[in-house]
Amino acid sequence: MPVPLAPAITSVTGWGRTAPTAARLLRPGTYEEAVAAVRAADNRGAIARGLGRAYGDAAQNAGGVVLDMTALDRIHEIDVVNGVVTCDAGVSLHRLMEVLLPLGWFVPVTPGTRYVTVGGAIGADIHGKNHHVSGSFSRHVRAFELLTGDGETRLVTPETEPDLFWATAGGMGLTGVLLAATIQLMPVETSLMTVDTERATDLDDLMARLTATDHRYRYSVAWIDLLARGARTGRAVLTRGDHAPLDALPRRARNAPLAFRPRRLPAAPRPAPDGLLGRTTVGLFNEFWYRRAPREQRGRLQKLATFFHPLDGLPDWNLVYGRAGFVQYQFVVGHGQEDALRSVVRRLSTRGCPSFLAVLKRFGAGDPGWLSFPMAGWTLALDIPAALPGLGALLDELDEEVAGAGGRVYLAKDSRLRPDMLGRMYPRLDDFRSLRARYDPRGAITSDLARRLAL
Amino acid sequence: MKDAFGAPQSLLVLGGGSEIGLATARRLIARRTRRVHLAGRPSPALDAAAAELTALGAEVHVSAFDALEPGTHEEVLGKIFAEGDIDMVLLAFGVLGDQARDEQEPTAAVRVVTTNYTGAVSASLVCGAALQRQGHGSLVVLSSVAGERARRENFIYGSSKAGLDAFTQGLGDALHPCGVHVMAVRPGFVRTRMTGHLPAAPFATTPEVVAAAIEAGLRRRAEVIWVPGRLRPVMAALRHLPRPLFRRVTAAR
Repeated sequence: MPVPLAPAITSVTGWGRTAPTAARLLRPGTYEEAVAAVRAADNRGAIARGLGRAYGDAAQNAGGVVLDMTALDRIHEIDVVNGVVTCDAGVSLHRLMEVLLPLGWFVPVTPGTRYVTVGGAIGADIHGKNHHVSGSFSRHVRAFELLTGDGETRLVTPETEPDLFWATAGGMGLTGVLLAATIQLMPVETSLMTVDTERATDLDDLMARLTATDHRYRYSVAWIDLLARGARTGRAVLTRGDHAPLDALPRRARNAPLAFRPRRLPAAPRPAPDGLLGRTTVGLFNEFWYRRAPREQRGRLQKLATFFHPLDGLPDWNLVYGRAGFVQYQFVVGHGQEDALRSVVRRLSTRGCPSFLAVLKRFGAGDPGWLSFPMAGWTLALDIPAALPGLGALLDELDEEVAGAGGRVYLAKDSRLRPDMLGRMYPRLDDFRSLRARYDPRGAITSDLARRLAL
Repeated sequence: MKDAFGAPQSLLVLGGGSEIGLATARRLIARRTRRVHLAGRPSPALDAAAAELTALGAEVHVSAFDALEPGTHEEVLGKIFAEGDIDMVLLAFGVLGDQARDEQEPTAAVRVVTTNYTGAVSASLVCGAALQRQGHGSLVVLSSVAGERARRENFIYGSSKAGLDAFTQGLGDALHPCGVHVMAVRPGFVRTRMTGHLPAAPFATTPEVVAAAIEAGLRRRAEVIWVPGRLRPVMAALRHLPRPLFRRVTAAR
């Protein structure tokens, strides 16, 4: 008979709010508590969780322990001369920006949200709009402290333990619990961005523009209208820019060039009604969004948060997809595989996937992490309501297309990949598995993602 | 683990020879299911089911399981769960009985009720506890519209399903905070071996339709589903018919 519940059992999901599972949620306040939790883990294991922005089941652990790392939030040391910060893994990029921007430093890589932890950024080896210039997050990590499944804490650098370092970068938290990290920062003169905006009339126009001029910008991304069909398939709005130099600011703003006070609306009280985001509503939104963008605009000054993290102003925006939640699909295909990209975009627009957050980006060279996602080529990310009929089968077909073109899907976004596709997409998977077995012989570190994909 | 659409990777069918169970397994194998455990009384139907699902590409394990022997459930089912997480348990066993004979032979009636209710309660509790330890999984229980309001022509079967349905709802509430999803399936008349000798009732359906509804229910994490869905308003109305009228409506057939 089910025993009365211990209060610590909590239902956990990822940002997409699909596939909830129950785990004991522990919130270590010290490294020692984290060590004790990993050593005490039973056969259901433990996994670290940051701010829960992974879309799928990466930071869930059914029947086991989920370590909420956000109490480990100390910034230990800032080298303001060389721009190096050492902090706990539970520190968010938001916090780092608050502290570091006034000192003239910025995080080397930021994803579309500031609300990720340093540990999560390394575990997913996140990328940003500057991937074509700066690569992924882990490339800027000088060292980290890792609590491996055998209960030992190790100081890992790319020089001393390259295998463990590059398995952990992008390793989805499965090599151990990150406790702290040292990160190389990037100098900035202001907290504003100079942004160029232009429209692309279709997918080929978009790719041509990105190929021709991306190298001129540190940051580049394109919002793409996946509901546009026919000749307009893949029409897009490109926004590209760089940190504004001091002399680009109007005189009044030069008094506080590094101010960083992003605004947030109050949190949404409950999920939106199911089916709010259908083809009609999203179609209208996309039409509006496309037309609202200037055909071409140069050097507009924009706040950093507006440029990088537009959705962060809207806490719990994931509730807009209703009770059923949503799925995020992000894949990459290499240069020369543009046909695969065209085909996927065509299928999505023919199918009428109501996606209003679809972005296309041109990646730079791949990163050294064993399970790091980026590779030189094209990445498309989109979210789709999970309730869309036939979505599972459609995405399976897209997987085939992506894998056939030598591409892969991003594990930090995944909640539905078929396990046998993984090895085709990530050639170093076997190395990763054997490294895990070496550092974690009793399987103390595991997650729902690891179980689902046999990682 | 189930994916974002509730598609399980591993499946345990209690009543492994059941046609609805088999149709559901077929459908889920076409999605994500790779490991299937069929538990049931050894029979040619069970072996045939195992062979068919193996041919579809699943790794199939067969276990001898008898709903009428609750004392063995812990051991038999415990062994299955020991082999790895089970993402979904489908409780598909049940017998229709023969109303006329069962009214004459109380021991035969007890057998129907013991299978459908007592056996199902025992198996559900054993599986529910195992799913709770896993922290995830779905327990899908085949109830019936026959349990919604007792009818002259099948109230022994109907009462057993009424009990099971009530039990399933309560178990669902008990397991809800533990990450376990419990879903009661209330099909109308399903054309199977069990009902082959009976004239088809209104809203008759097939095992394949029930299987599709189960897959959709998993996706929505539904707690009760009706197959076909139209039965829900129909039964809601029938439930509230005054007794004399209800007797006349059901006797007319």
